[in-house]
Formats: sequence, structure tokens, C-alpha cells
Amino acid sequence: MAKIQLNGKKITIKTNISILELLKKYKLNNKKIAVEYNGTIVQKINYKKKFLKNKDKLEIVHFIGGG
Amino acid sequence: MKRDYFKISNKVFKSRLIVGTGKYRSFVETAKAVKASGADMVTVAVRRINILDKKKPILTDYLNPKKITYLPNTAGCFNSKDALRTLRLAREMGGWKLVKLEVLGDKKTLYPNMIETIKSTKVLVKEGFKVMVYCTDDPILAKELENCGACAIMPLASPIGSGLGILNKTNISLIIKQSKVPVIVDAGIGTPSDATIAMELGCEGVLINSAIANSKKPIIMAEAFKNSVISGRQAFLAGRMKKNLIAKASSPKKGII
Repeated sequence: MAKIQLNGKKITIKTNISILELLKKYKLNNKKIAVEYNGTIVQKINYKKKFLKNKDKLEIVHFIGGG
Repeated sequence: MKRDYFKISNKVFKSRLIVGTGKYRSFVETAKAVKASGADMVTVAVRRINILDKKKPILTDYLNPKKITYLPNTAGCFNSKDALRTLRLAREMGGWKLVKLEVLGDKKTLYPNMIETIKSTKVLVKEGFKVMVYCTDDPILAKELENCGACAIMPLASPIGSGLGILNKTNISLIIKQSKVPVIVDAGIGTPSDATIAMELGCEGVLINSAIANSKKPIIMAEAFKNSVISGRQAFLAGRMKKNLIAKASSPKKGII
């Protein structure tokens, strides 16, 4: 198991799962989000290549209403 | 009459009214108000997704980004670093290059920090973004932004969400006169007549959020703003009459009985 920080919250996940697998787990649509991995933006094509490890920090954002 | 296009960075828009999508009571109301406003561009914010509540509705379910132009905004950013991070994420989300930059300087007034704003504009332009920039109504700083490559200058009418209307018409006019890129009044518009004044001064467009969302009936208010922007634009194109200090009768003197 690996402990990561997702959008500021600590969660425990299986070791060696990719960002793509994590997104699937949370049923998130790739097209409507953007991902930042340890402070660096991850291109969509690299979601399946990026594997999560202990202490990683992940930010997943989307568009909301705003002025 | 020649068709009057509203062009920002070579993209043509039908409406000169841009609306914000914040502060509405529901997404249904947001969608209805946007429709009533006739706007084909809306501002949106970038925020963390709610991982735990998957059933929570999201904006894109109600406003289709393929049918309406999303203008990602950096609302809530108080420094260049955060603003750049936000817009780079927005671009990654779906290729958005046309963005609105807003770097705030103070939590109470939400006045823009122009030093950080200019710094961010330079970086974003270099990275290929088309940047519409929220700014103070200072003509010197507005010119500086244009020189840095901003594709639209967006001076405030008055502080964000204040509804105070245009506080300095002279400065807005000076900015319009000197700018080669569209000038769009952003922030502080309180009621449709304020928007009409902005358009009569020669603004290319206006951006409204709170004045619609915080009204008692946002959908009706959205339509009122649509009409006010059209009126103001037409009046600007028609050219107003000269002001006279003394009266001039409308009816001829000849034939008075």
C-alpha cells in the first residue's frame, strides 16, 4: 500500500497503480480534468505511464462557475 | 450597415456581453441566465475536483464547452505563480489558450496587483497564451499590458462584486482611445445602464457576473443586460448628439400661430 495526498487529503492506495487507474477508480472523465503530479502538470497521454508511490502529491482540478 | 464584429485575438463572437458563471443558486439557473444573456463566452474558475462526492453535478454538464467559449480565469490568485499554475492547468484540461488573467493584490478590495499582473502577462504570452487581462483603470499600465502582448485590456469599472458602476469614465475613455486591442470593462458593473454607459464610451464589450447572479431574478436581468449592451453599442456607432448648454427647440418657429 502507498499513502498519497490527493487534493489535500491523505488517502491509501494500492502500490504501483497509474494515474489512469486512479482516475478510473474515482470514475473521473479524463477530458474534463487536469492533473498535477508533485507540482508538475501531467499530459493526458502520460496518465498510464505515471505510477504512484508513497508520499506523492496529486492535484486533480476541473472547471467550476466563476467570475 | 457593415456587420459589427466583436473580435478577440482573431476569434469572432456574436455577443459583446461576456458573463461570469459564479454565485448562481444552481447550475440550472446558471445555464438559463447564460442563455438569456445571449453571451457566447463565459468565464470559469479552476478548482479541485470533489473526489468524495462523485454524484455532485458539474458545470460542464450544464454549459457545453463545445457550444460556448469557456474563458478560464485566475480568480482568487494573489501572485503570479498561482495564476500561471492555474492557467497552465486550464490549458491542459482542453487546450484552452484564450484565458483571462486576474492577479489580485488585496483581499478587501480585490484590487489587481499590477506588478504581478504585468509579470504574468509576459510569461503567458511567451508560452503562447492569448491573454485577456483584468487591470486597474490606469492608462499607463493599460498601455504597458498592451505592449506586453495582452489580447484584450479589461479595466475595472469599480471593485469586483461592488456594483458601484463606472467610477472613472475619463480613464476608461483614455484607455479606449489609446488601445489597439479590445477594451472590455470588467468588474463593478451594477445594473444594465452601467453597461450601456461603458458601451457608449466605446468599450468593445463588458463582463458581468454579480450584477446578474445577485439580482432577484437573474434570468430576466441577464436579458436586460443583453439589451443594454446592444443599445450602448448602437448608440456608440450612431454617434451621440453634441451637448449644448442652452436649449434648442425641436419644433420650427415658422408657422407659429
